[in-house]
Amino acid sequence: MRKFWIGSGLVSALVAAAFTLASCGGGSTEAPKTADSGAAPAGGPAATPDMDNGGTITGKVTFDGTAPKMAILDTSANPVCAKAHASSPLRSEEVVVNPNGTLKNVFVWVSAGLPADKTWQVPSTPVEIDQNGCEYKPHVIALMAGQNLSIKNSDPTNHNIHPQPSVNQEFNESQAPGTPPIDKTFPRQEIMIPVKCNVHNWMRSYINVVSSPFFAVTGDDGTFSIKGLPPGTYTLEIVHEKYGKQDQQITVGAKESKTADFTVKG
Amino acid sequence: MDNAWLHRFAVMVAVCTFLLVVAGSLVTSNDAALSVPDWPLSYGRLVPPLEGGIRYEFAHRAMALLVAILTITLAVWLERAEPRRWIRRLGWAAAVAVLLQAILGGAAVRLITPKAVTIAHACLAEICFGLVVAIVVGQELRLDSFSWAVETPAPLVAAIALFGQAILGAMVRYGLTGVAFHIIGAAIATILVMWAGLRIPLRRPALALLTLTFSQVFLGLGSYMARVVNLATPQPMPLTIAFTVAHVAVGSLAFGAAIALTMAPPVAHGGVALA
Repeated sequence: MRKFWIGSGLVSALVAAAFTLASCGGGSTEAPKTADSGAAPAGGPAATPDMDNGGTITGKVTFDGTAPKMAILDTSANPVCAKAHASSPLRSEEVVVNPNGTLKNVFVWVSAGLPADKTWQVPSTPVEIDQNGCEYKPHVIALMAGQNLSIKNSDPTNHNIHPQPSVNQEFNESQAPGTPPIDKTFPRQEIMIPVKCNVHNWMRSYINVVSSPFFAVTGDDGTFSIKGLPPGTYTLEIVHEKYGKQDQQITVGAKESKTADFTVKG
Repeated sequence: MDNAWLHRFAVMVAVCTFLLVVAGSLVTSNDAALSVPDWPLSYGRLVPPLEGGIRYEFAHRAMALLVAILTITLAVWLERAEPRRWIRRLGWAAAVAVLLQAILGGAAVRLITPKAVTIAHACLAEICFGLVVAIVVGQELRLDSFSWAVETPAPLVAAIALFGQAILGAMVRYGLTGVAFHIIGAAIATILVMWAGLRIPLRRPALALLTLTFSQVFLGLGSYMARVVNLATPQPMPLTIAFTVAHVAVGSLAFGAAIALTMAPPVAHGGVALA
């Protein structure tokens, strides 16, 4: 019997070691992520972009290389999803090269150069993400810290929405068909928060939370436009879920328009 | 056999516990662990809509409930009908372990899979299975007292190494460590299992342990290769799922076989019933 307890002790020690090691932390590297530790800076009245006198940065993100084939997603796990894509299969939006050779779903933002003591007014209109056809629409979204995110389910099936942030609060909620939208806010700046649905393991999306209003996401023409910037020198950064980050320094004056194009190598 | 039906029941509990381990692996491999965000209810109901990943998660929960009931029943039955105190104690240890396992499973859902909890859940699954295997082996071999590694420490060391591999495997799965540690561990565990297999005169259980461990190495390589090949795929692929689930299943069987070998007395006999 003594040996039994010695053996039990050894097993317990191994379990304890696992707990200790597990609590040391770690992380996955699904997509490039950046985050700062604080919410939007406090102090002073909240400012809004000066659309009349501010500077504008426009540009496009060009894809250099052979456009990768968009992987076909297997939606057969749920007949509702399979039926929604019966005519043409659902494809991964990890890399979407537009017909004009530009890259879609690139997050663009002013990552540095804005006055640190300035707070920016949070828009009262929510940003919407819809679970539609068993995919997230849009695939990449951006909103301000504290701005409402309205999560819809337009599908006649259940989803669970599960963002996996690093500095914001993680949540995982189910959403039945026909139920009202779920409203959420992210109080802290965090880039490329992966979002997944564990009911449908192909569903992926990314949420970008920024403490200023100077950001954009490239669409079907691969272009972006950031308006109302105070005169200054900024770091303009682009982030793509597969191809990572790039940045440029750019100086913009009052009422001035500057172009900042990026090229992403495939 | 003092109580043949009690022994058969224990074997059934061991089989169900093993199937529960497989079901758990299917949940993880299909990335369905959080497809049901509430616990103990599922989508606020006893039976949720069975679609997508919910099927795996709910099947796992239903099997866990069944195994918990069976394990507690086994403990009660052993308490009433088993004359050997050490087997009765193993029965209660298994019952406590399975209840703790259910709490860890619930905590993993409610706390959104903290890594410490999910790794502990994976490791405790092996312990639950090992405890029931120990009960079955004790009954099968009519062991009067609990004593392991009587002649050589080799099988005990092999069992510990295999359990360590289960911990490392769970840590790799949840991204806490690189696969290198698990591969080094596999090499060490294989050497220790070979040592145990060669030191023990029981041919059949030793051969079973060696076969399972070698298969496990192959399945581990297959699982790793499938993962590498499908690295860029946007969803879990059937080949990766198959290899990973088989890797977990055979790992559990190897651990069970090592426990059986550890407990077996150093006399030649027909073989150990490996649950």
